[in-house]
Amino acid sequence: MFLGKVIGNVWATRKYETLKSFKMLFVQPINAQNENVGEPIIAVDTVGAGTGETIFYITASEAVIPLPVDMAPVDASIVGIVDSINT
Amino acid sequence: MFLGKVIGTVWATRKDENLVGAKFLIVRHLDLELNEKDNFVVAVDSVGAGEGEVVLVATGSSSRQTHFTQNKPVDAVIMAIVDKLDVPLKELLEQQES
Repeated sequence: MFLGKVIGNVWATRKYETLKSFKMLFVQPINAQNENVGEPIIAVDTVGAGTGETIFYITASEAVIPLPVDMAPVDASIVGIVDSINT
Repeated sequence: MFLGKVIGTVWATRKDENLVGAKFLIVRHLDLELNEKDNFVVAVDSVGAGEGEVVLVATGSSSRQTHFTQNKPVDAVIMAIVDKLDVPLKELLEQQES
């Protein structure tokens, strides 16, 4: 799992059929000190995250598990919205 | 997924027999201002993307999660064609980088 900050939205009407009802968000990966680490990615939102929120996301083929479909070409999905981080 | 632009097509008659019927497109990575970056992939198209279109690409084993690419030697699939982007927090990135 990785920490990230939602920085924007992507709209795509033409997409793989099992992805029809899912929102896709731009996520900037961050570390626990809120510094950017790496390039922004796009992740499917499964928890209703909004721009500016700190979230955590999962990658690779596990990313399809939170979705209510058995198969979807998704390699990142947001699975939680962070309330606070203490290190 | 990453943001990319379709810049070309690859034809290959001699290939793994599982890949017969696959459409291979060359997709260059894009930054948030849609400028082309250096890195690119060859991805299997699953949504009918055309040259010049901005797309989303899923990589790794997730790319085998479509009817066509299931159990096939594929590690990148185009799974969406972008209509619109909205990145209000782009300045957040620039502040942190400068």
